[in-house]
Amino acid sequence: MNEALGAYIEALERLAHRLGLDYHPVDFELVPATLMTEIAVYGLPVRMAHWSFGVRYIHQLVRQSMGHSRIFEVMFPGDPCRAYLMDGNTLAENTLVAAHVLGHADFAKNNTLFARFHEMAGGNIIEMAAAHARRIDRAIEEFGLERVEAVLDAALALESHVDVDQPLHREPYPARAPRPKAEPKDAFRERFERLPDEPAPEPPAAPQQRPPLPPHPERDLLWFIAQYGPELEQWERDVFLSVRAESLYFYPVFACQIMNEGWASYWHARLLREADFLPQDLYLSSIKSHSDVVRPFAAGEQSALAVNPYHLGFTLWEHIVEQHGLARAREVCRDEDDFGFVRNYLDRDLAEQMDLFTYEGRPDGEVRLARRDLDAVREAILAPKFNYGAPRIAVAELQTDGTLRLDHDHAGDGRGLDAARASKVLEYVHRVWRRPVRLVTVGGRQEPLELTA
Amino acid sequence: MTERPSRITAETPWYDLFSRGARDWLRHNQKVRETVKSRLPELLAGGDLITHPENRTVLVPVRFLEHARFRLADGSARSGAGQGKGDPGQVLRPAPGRDERRAGAPGSEAGEVRFVLELKIDEIVEWLWQELKLPNLKPRRSATLDEPDYVREGWDKRGARARLDRRRTVKEAVKRRAMQEAPLAFTNEDLRFRQLVRRATPAINAAVIFALDVSGSMQEAQRRLAKTFFFFALQGLRRQYAKVETVFLAHTVEAWEFPEEQFFQVTGDGGTAASSAFRIAEDLLAKRYDPSRYNAYLFYASDGENAPDDRALAAQSIAALAAELNFVGYVETGGAAYASRVTQMAELFAALKDKDLPVGAAQLDSLEDVWNAIRAFFREQGAAAA
Repeated sequence: MNEALGAYIEALERLAHRLGLDYHPVDFELVPATLMTEIAVYGLPVRMAHWSFGVRYIHQLVRQSMGHSRIFEVMFPGDPCRAYLMDGNTLAENTLVAAHVLGHADFAKNNTLFARFHEMAGGNIIEMAAAHARRIDRAIEEFGLERVEAVLDAALALESHVDVDQPLHREPYPARAPRPKAEPKDAFRERFERLPDEPAPEPPAAPQQRPPLPPHPERDLLWFIAQYGPELEQWERDVFLSVRAESLYFYPVFACQIMNEGWASYWHARLLREADFLPQDLYLSSIKSHSDVVRPFAAGEQSALAVNPYHLGFTLWEHIVEQHGLARAREVCRDEDDFGFVRNYLDRDLAEQMDLFTYEGRPDGEVRLARRDLDAVREAILAPKFNYGAPRIAVAELQTDGTLRLDHDHAGDGRGLDAARASKVLEYVHRVWRRPVRLVTVGGRQEPLELTA
Repeated sequence: MTERPSRITAETPWYDLFSRGARDWLRHNQKVRETVKSRLPELLAGGDLITHPENRTVLVPVRFLEHARFRLADGSARSGAGQGKGDPGQVLRPAPGRDERRAGAPGSEAGEVRFVLELKIDEIVEWLWQELKLPNLKPRRSATLDEPDYVREGWDKRGARARLDRRRTVKEAVKRRAMQEAPLAFTNEDLRFRQLVRRATPAINAAVIFALDVSGSMQEAQRRLAKTFFFFALQGLRRQYAKVETVFLAHTVEAWEFPEEQFFQVTGDGGTAASSAFRIAEDLLAKRYDPSRYNAYLFYASDGENAPDDRALAAQSIAALAAELNFVGYVETGGAAYASRVTQMAELFAALKDKDLPVGAAQLDSLEDVWNAIRAFFREQGAAAA
């Protein structure tokens, strides 16, 4: 089985190169189902210990035992990429999965977002995460489980609250605001700035000694706390930055899921179709697995309250390649993330062909089909992806007494926060921040609501 | 195009060394236990407790701990994108019917997984004793409580086969073989036998008599309070004594002994004569639980009302009991309506207390009182035994 799979993978790679796929080398590893489950839970093969992963682990085991979830493959982009295949899968399934992985590898090397994060983090996330886990283990030995857990409670709760536009290694704010440059005066600027007969404007006030902190609302909460927490110890800052680094690594995967899975599905279908070295029956069972993966909803169902990213991405890429050619598809692959991909390439015909709709649930649990309007469909697909899937919360002010003031952009999110959960998170943060923490949002009737811890 | 060929491996089972998921799951459970521990009194008061001594665990249904994140309010009104045939306005999923909702357990969201935490009674009682800061009871110090018993002491070269100490015997053989040339594997000289000696040991048996007034005036809620109290009183004693025997008595104008399972279900009608139960208790002490060999306890729960013509009999009987027993506890589950009035039973016990007999009395109106009563009883008993 291993030799056969190894031989197929070699042949698939030769074919992939011939078809123009360009990727960092991929290390395949056959692992048991138990490890696959853990990777699905932790996001990484080795990751810091935290009790919340234990809960997810049990949920995953329950789902798997009920047959709701089956994991075929996990792939970690990097240089080399690491792909884990399940040793219990059939040869046909693993051949399909290997072809799928090659598609992912090509996407990860060529997509701009992936490339940027790859460049910042270096291509070895697995080693990085293992190093974080080891440092955290050492901290547990030195400072005790309770203390380390308190820090991880806070850091992991804020996992998605990073600024993905900032570099991995981010410098602190400049000590003083840059002095506004004196504009060269000329006749036009004089006329532009004031009307005739208007008194000359007062010269701008001298810049403040210390600019307010943060100088602008800061949504990189993990970084801000690590950088400016008044009473954090060095190892605690380290934990926050570790979580932030891993979170940044996960972002491209999150933000390009539809494109990435679609691209990989497109390529596994194409590689298998053109792989003349595969025996006929193996090809058939592989293609059977393929159609199971990219189908819109489970067999026997009439509709699904979710859009299968494999199906959506696959359909869009097939359409793009057919209409505009592979070269254009590769440009799209380079330039877009899911937002651009869905908004620019999901058109009315495709939405109708795929029977996409939006739905709305009522509090009593009844769900109705709402609209088939293209814009609504696009936005409904993208809605869970905004701001890394988290409410928009930013540091508004670090007060002189050390109080951390957070603001929730409830206007942008359309409603307030779940107050009970938010209070709990504030409690986590407070235990590490050690000074008061306040959060401003709105309640159920849009009335202002301030939570403190 | 690639600098080195891709690799495929199937060895390196580092991940088999331990399961990270299981590790974190165990830590989660540990945290749940701690949470349960801090809320133990209210948790235990709520549910029906299993009091069988052979079943030394309590099952507490718990939810998973949630690691909170910031989330938008009102997640129940879901909306999103889907796929399939249908027209706007069409119902895709009907509202769950009333039956379905009930089947989904109270307050459970869809897909919520719960699990049952098995707590050892011993562990619970241990926590409680720490939480309530209760003293450990001392068995009554009295020469009459000492009873002779065989205890192990020392080894000899002769003895009954059944008491052969194989470990010692092998040791001897090893020592001998090390010194001899061409030694035998075992000889009779190697054999070592455990020896028994007759010594007086303090009696560590206890007998607990629970007496419950089941006359018409005792309500279900009151019996429940009494049950909770009895349960913890019993657990507290079990902590101390190796062997605790229990007797359950219920009385109206007459008294009967019941097996534990039926005891709390018993209801009766008519009048109340506490002396009937006390007489049976006296009888038990005389026949089954000789106070010279048993640390004997009596706990009595009643609404405090007793037939006026039974007063003298009851007083005499309970005074005789209190003189023999390690401790007599009385809980009055009268409910708030009676709180202002001093009942006959309360008067009786106050009188005994004045005579410096080992008795205690407490009023139980709510579950919270159970904890106060438990605390008070064990403090007093601790003091009485000291």
